[in-house]
Formats: sequence, C-alpha cells, structure tokens
Amino acid sequence: MRFRHLISIDDLSRDDIEYILELAEKFLPVAEGKKKEKPLEGKLLANLFFEPSTRTRMSFEVAMKRLGGEVINMTAQEASSVAKGETLADTIEVVSKYADAIVLRHPLEGAARFAAEHSDVPIINAGDGAGQHPTQTLLDLYTIKKESSLKNLKIALMGDLKYSRTVHSLIKALTLFGAEIYLISPPSLALPEELFEEIREKVRVEVAELEEVIEEIDVLYVTRIQKERFPDEEEYLKVAGSYKVDAKTLERAKDNLIVMHPLPRVDEIDVSVDRTKHAKYFQQTFYGVPVRMAILYEVLAENGS
Amino acid sequence: MESKNKEKSAERLAVSKIRCGTVIDHINAGKALLVLRILGIKPGSSERVLIAMNVPSKKMGKKDIVKVEGKYIGEEELNRIALISPNATINLIEDYRVSEKRRVELPSVVEGILTCPNRNCITNSREPIKSRFHIVKKGEEVRAVCHYCGRRICELDRYVV
Ligand SMILES: [Zn+2]
Repeated sequence: MRFRHLISIDDLSRDDIEYILELAEKFLPVAEGKKKEKPLEGKLLANLFFEPSTRTRMSFEVAMKRLGGEVINMTAQEASSVAKGETLADTIEVVSKYADAIVLRHPLEGAARFAAEHSDVPIINAGDGAGQHPTQTLLDLYTIKKESSLKNLKIALMGDLKYSRTVHSLIKALTLFGAEIYLISPPSLALPEELFEEIREKVRVEVAELEEVIEEIDVLYVTRIQKERFPDEEEYLKVAGSYKVDAKTLERAKDNLIVMHPLPRVDEIDVSVDRTKHAKYFQQTFYGVPVRMAILYEVLAENGS
Repeated sequence: MESKNKEKSAERLAVSKIRCGTVIDHINAGKALLVLRILGIKPGSSERVLIAMNVPSKKMGKKDIVKVEGKYIGEEELNRIALISPNATINLIEDYRVSEKRRVELPSVVEGILTCPNRNCITNSREPIKSRFHIVKKGEEVRAVCHYCGRRICELDRYVV
C-alpha cells in the first residue's frame, strides 16, 4: 500500500500520482461498463457527507459499485443532525467499525486529517471546506494525461485563482510535472503571492491575458468567478464578463487544445463551446470514476500494491 | 570590559540572584510575560518568579529576563520559548551557581501552544483536538504551519494560547 489514507495531494509524490493514474487507466473499461471486474466484492464503503455534494458522492458510489463493493450513505441532512448530537471524532469511531473505508466531506478545514486520527479504516478526503480535495486534483491530472499530455504541458488557468482550492492544488501538482503555467484572472482574484513565489522556484509561471496565449496552450482550465467575491453586482458583471470563453474565443486555438472546468459552471464557458472538439469538461467529470476506483482499490484491496 | 561590568551591575540591580531554579536570559524585550504564559505560569501559580524587563544588553540593546525559583523546567517546555525569542538562553542554577547553560532550540512541532487563526479550521471547533503546528525557519523568521488546515503564521507571538 502506498498510502493508507488520502487526505491531501501534497502527501503524494510524483511517483504515487503516476501510479494512481496508471491504475485508473486500467480501470477505465470497468468504469465505462465495458468490462466486469469485482476486486472489492464484500467490501463496504461509507459516504459521510456533512455538506451536500451530490456529484462527488455519486462518483464515489459508482466507482465502488463498479468494483463489486457496496456503499452506505449518510446524507448531508442526516449528517447535520448527527453533528448536532456528537463530535466528528465519535461519528468516525463508530462508522469506522461498520465500514471498510470512509469517504468524508466536511465544511471544516483539516477535518479529514483529524478524522484519520480517529479511524481504524482508510479515510478518503472528498473536500474539507476551503481545504483539500485530492480526488479532484487527481481526476484533473488524469484528464490532462488522457486528453492531452502531462509532458511539456502548457496550461492556462483562468478565473478565480485566489480562492479556488481546485486551482491551488492542481497548480502544486503540476509543478511536479514541470508544466508551463499561465495565470489569467482579474487582479483582485490573482493567485496568492506566497503560492506564486513557491511555484516560481520550480516551474515557468506567468501572469497573462487569454488572447496572448490562446495559440500556445494545450489546456485551458476555467473556474467560476463567484458573485460573493465582489462588493456589488455591477462590478461583478463587468469583471466576470471578461473572463468568459465561447466558441469564437477558441478559433485561434491549437487544434488539440482542451478546455477543462471542475463544474458546475454558470456561464463562464458558453454552451457554444460544448459542441467543439475542445470541450472536455463532461469527460473530465466522468474520469472521476476510474480515478476514484484506483484510489478505492489502492486502500481497500487485500493484495493491493 | 568596563561596559560589560556596567551591564552586569545593571542586571544585578534588576533581579536578585536565585538559589536554585531556572533563569531564562536574552528574551526579546517585552516578551517576558509571554514567556511565562508559554511556561504555563499564571497568576495563582505557586512558583516564585522574578521578572526583569528592558534590561540593557550589549548584544540585544534591550532584553527581558525571567527567573523561576525552586523549579527546573523541562527541556521541551523551555524550547517553546524559541517560538517568540529564538536567542533566549537557559541557565540552570544550583546553590547560586550556574550548573548548566544552553540556548533554546526551535522545536519542529508544537502542540497546544499556538491557536490557528483560521476560523474554519477543525482545531477551532468543539472536537476533542489540540492545535498542532509544524515550525519552520526561513532565514531569521520563524513560521508555523497548522498541521490540520495548512494555514501559515508568521508573527507567532500573536497566536500564543
Ligand atoms: Zn488550522
């Protein structure tokens, strides 16, 4: 076993990541339902979601079931009533006696690392507040590897680079692969200085405009700009409007450019992009399944590596 | 040499000698009370404590000194002082003599000493949990990183429990 719990992408080496991505590739036909394999038969996964995230919960459920395992769910509503009565520590002590692994989503940062201290079974972090969401980063990397390439990658990240944990984790992981990174955002939502300095020591990173780099890049990763980040509606509309992508924006792009987005989107990617060969965001979401299969297999299979 | 003697006498004026116990010298000026807090010495504690603040010092300009009579404080506890005063020195006193002298060493991890400024951090919830920080030195600056949420803090003295 390479890791017992999956708490943060920072806990993984490049080698660990490559291993998971290869395992995910192996499970892809199983995820697609084209091949049947049940290495996790007889295993039980508990989904503990202390805040709603139907997409992530379903993805884990599909991954577990496709591998022959079973799933019990605690919904956000149930969880909130549990949370009123007892501590997370107690909930984990109890559930870790029922299940063979726990997927945890919790509104507080550090909840998953804390849960791991109280668990007899592996904890997989499915998002802890504004903290970590390692399976998202791994599925992002898998999408890049699958639909583009992690070698000599030129990637632009656009939108909210200040608050988006998805962006921060992905950027850190990309430095392990020596990517060339372009940052596109309104000045008020720029990448935190500290993180910028940290990655600048490792890879080439530049602040840019989309028009300047659109012909160069292999991947355009778009994130949502949230209304709440702006003092007033007018300011928001003005700023958000200039960080949108439509089919016309992509006319000058490389043939094999891929557009990614962690979803759900609002209107930062126009539906006109959906019909282009560049659109990979729905595929990206689906790739969460083989990636989560790989992780579940790694922490649960008796004869895993 | 003369100025050193002057300094010594100023020190003597500031705090009388103790018979046995622990003297913490070269504390950054103004941090003496924080040192007591780190050592868990509160109003109502039974230790006899002598404090000198803003004592002239050749090396530091001004410094604070804390003397705790009749008590030998553990190494781990004393090393926490490095979080707020990396140049502090420890003198163990036996029968009015210094029996051991050393510098505080920066611990790599501290538990329960600092609070995480991140309101959404699990350490600030009602869970049974102690704060835990990894200590890193960047040049002259001492930083702490929350084990749970990853929040980095620079001015550590602001976050001592
Ligand atoms: Zn914290």
